[in-house]
Amino acid sequence: MMYLATTGRRTDAPARPAGTGGRVPGTVLALGAVSLVTDVSSEMVTAVLPLYLVLGLGLSPLQFGFLDGLFNGATALVRLLGGRLADRGGGRHRSVAGAGYLLSALSRLGLLLAGGAAGGIAAALAADRLGKGVRTAPRDALISLSTPPADLGRAFGVHRAMDTTGALLGPLAAFAVLRATADAYDAVFVVSFATGLLGVLVLALFVRDGAAAALPKTPKPRAAPRPERPTVRHLLRDPALRRITGAAALLGAATVGDSFLYLLLQRLLDLPTEVFPLLPLGAAACYLLLAVPAGRLADRTGRRTPFLVGHLALLAGYLLLLVPTGPATLVAVLVLLGVFYASTDGVLMALAGAALPASGRAGGLAVVQTGQALARLVGAAAFGAAWTWWGSGPALAAAALALTAALVAARRILPEGRPA
Amino acid sequence: MTALDLPGAAPQDAEQERRTPVWRLLVLGVAVLALLGGSLGYVLHARGRGGAHRAVAADASFALDRPGLYYRDAATGRVARESGPAGGPSCDRFHAGGERSLCLRALPGTPARTEAVVYDRAFTRLQSITVPGVPNRARVSASGNLLSWTAFAVGDSYAASGFSTRTSVLDLRSGYLIKSIEDIPLTVDGARHHAADVNYWGVSFAADDNRFYATVSTGGRTHLVEGDLAAWSARTLRENVECPSLSPDGTRIAFKKKVSDDPAAPWRLYVLDLDGLREHPLAETRSVDDQAAWLDGATLGYALPGGDGRSTDIWTVPADGTGAPVLRVPGASSPVAVQAPGAAPAGNAAAGSGHTAGHG
Repeated sequence: MMYLATTGRRTDAPARPAGTGGRVPGTVLALGAVSLVTDVSSEMVTAVLPLYLVLGLGLSPLQFGFLDGLFNGATALVRLLGGRLADRGGGRHRSVAGAGYLLSALSRLGLLLAGGAAGGIAAALAADRLGKGVRTAPRDALISLSTPPADLGRAFGVHRAMDTTGALLGPLAAFAVLRATADAYDAVFVVSFATGLLGVLVLALFVRDGAAAALPKTPKPRAAPRPERPTVRHLLRDPALRRITGAAALLGAATVGDSFLYLLLQRLLDLPTEVFPLLPLGAAACYLLLAVPAGRLADRTGRRTPFLVGHLALLAGYLLLLVPTGPATLVAVLVLLGVFYASTDGVLMALAGAALPASGRAGGLAVVQTGQALARLVGAAAFGAAWTWWGSGPALAAAALALTAALVAARRILPEGRPA
Repeated sequence: MTALDLPGAAPQDAEQERRTPVWRLLVLGVAVLALLGGSLGYVLHARGRGGAHRAVAADASFALDRPGLYYRDAATGRVARESGPAGGPSCDRFHAGGERSLCLRALPGTPARTEAVVYDRAFTRLQSITVPGVPNRARVSASGNLLSWTAFAVGDSYAASGFSTRTSVLDLRSGYLIKSIEDIPLTVDGARHHAADVNYWGVSFAADDNRFYATVSTGGRTHLVEGDLAAWSARTLRENVECPSLSPDGTRIAFKKKVSDDPAAPWRLYVLDLDGLREHPLAETRSVDDQAAWLDGATLGYALPGGDGRSTDIWTVPADGTGAPVLRVPGASSPVAVQAPGAAPAGNAAAGSGHTAGHG
């Protein structure tokens, strides 16, 4: 009920039973296709970058770590900028997102032209991350603006499933190119560039800002005009956004980071090191399969419940790792991680999207995403420190306690997301 | 995508769908063809260019049968003898000691995997082990009994952006393989150390075929670590020491020291006297990112980014801090001084004449 009270804008949504909605809007499918193609493009590079930098160019691990970590934290902040730009002048989501996609595509050319120069590579990686940061919030805002509020969960589920498909296909594409060319990294960059351009083109041709306008909308309230460019501070005056961001950040700070979970799995179960790179693939496959069902479920039950249950699944994963038994633990933890992502990532955007006014949608989503991302960085760093001081077992127990506490708090803070 | 279309589609959506102008689809079709054609053309070009090399085995006539400097030839990717043909196997990293040599090779595809192959002097393939990661460092003990390699893996450190190294040790006497030495009980500055971010790389074995030196990194710092395989313990000796290389007489360690925060040139080669732990910089002022190799008791060989478009060149420099660096082999990396078959493993059997040439 909370979001209806705060926005007063969505009451005229199509009167259809929630979660039984019709066709997934064309814009969502188009954005899904854009993300799929773009993820193929970017994961191609991600998959070969270590090989290229370390083996091709002879960088040491530390130099690689430096290049790779560069601007990583800044991405979260660039999202705020992307959100703000997109909301300015009444909705330029498509052009801002497009600029982000284009920048990332062009960064592949930068990698190609940099040759072996560390400065050039750093600049190309920075451009890629800038593009990724800028486009995320406008894209999610477009999805939410093109979809009836009752179907948001499914729309985000479809988008995330397509996105994850691209992420799984990218390394395969890179593999195929390296195989065909006997390790010509430049060919990977060229193919990635072409794929990235295709993504931009699909966006330009098939994604319309107008889709948002096509939705029935009540006129803008004249009494309390929103600022043209709502700043983060302005946005956070919205109590619903404050609550959602707070809950997401609280829960984010209590997550330990996937890499840690994989590391724990490997150590506790004494997995052969060859299996290690496959762990994220297992979780991603699970996420891919569950994203749409979880989104539909969220549309039926309200998004708050799946979001909390998803974190419960993560908590269950932690607890399983405290008493590891064998291969069953491995499968269970990966499935739980997939459940966690499927029922929290897109669902959070659906929850927030429904609660935010259209005029500040991109900026609001950016605030939620940034708050969550920064909190997760803090959570991972804290867990790393706890591991160093106490060892992995006590650190994990502490993380489980923290997540439990965060869940109790989030249950109180988080507004009810059930559509009327 | 049509699988997602559900019965009861909202009429307005369907209408919008139908209104997608044909020209958009045409533009998309043309663009897909152009991008696909361009990509395919470039891939074929890269394939025909033949710049990269496919893995090949050693020529039958090629062996480590003569003492001298061996290395990886950058042009062919194969092991070569100085002033001789590049007739060895394809390797990304190479090292040799006693009767054995170790060749690290990146396997094609992703995720990255490294094949570590053990050869005898005639390059008969004795054993092969595959580990995840990118080939990084390779070392064989002077006796040829112990082998160690480091592969560099991405994405399993706790920071999402982190790297991690995995260092393996293979004892050919027992056949025992330690896939990762990261579980060795470690003492840092006298206190037992537990952390998830412990990474080892760049092992160098002592003459007793038990003790070893390596780099350990934890908490953002690197240390020189001395390990004992039989006792299964390790302790740090000194901070800011990477890629140690123990001298043939076991008294000194050549290493790279981080001297600058400039990511383009962070390191300088140093030599540390183990007796008294005094260090001195070498005459090489450029940033060296390699595990230096002792070509004899007084000369170090190492790879640097090459001149004239070559990927790497091998340079030598006196170990006592005097003299000047000398370009030894253009277009080469992984230098190793191979002793005559049956020669005593330690000592100063001259494999390097470059250093005297440097003074001359």
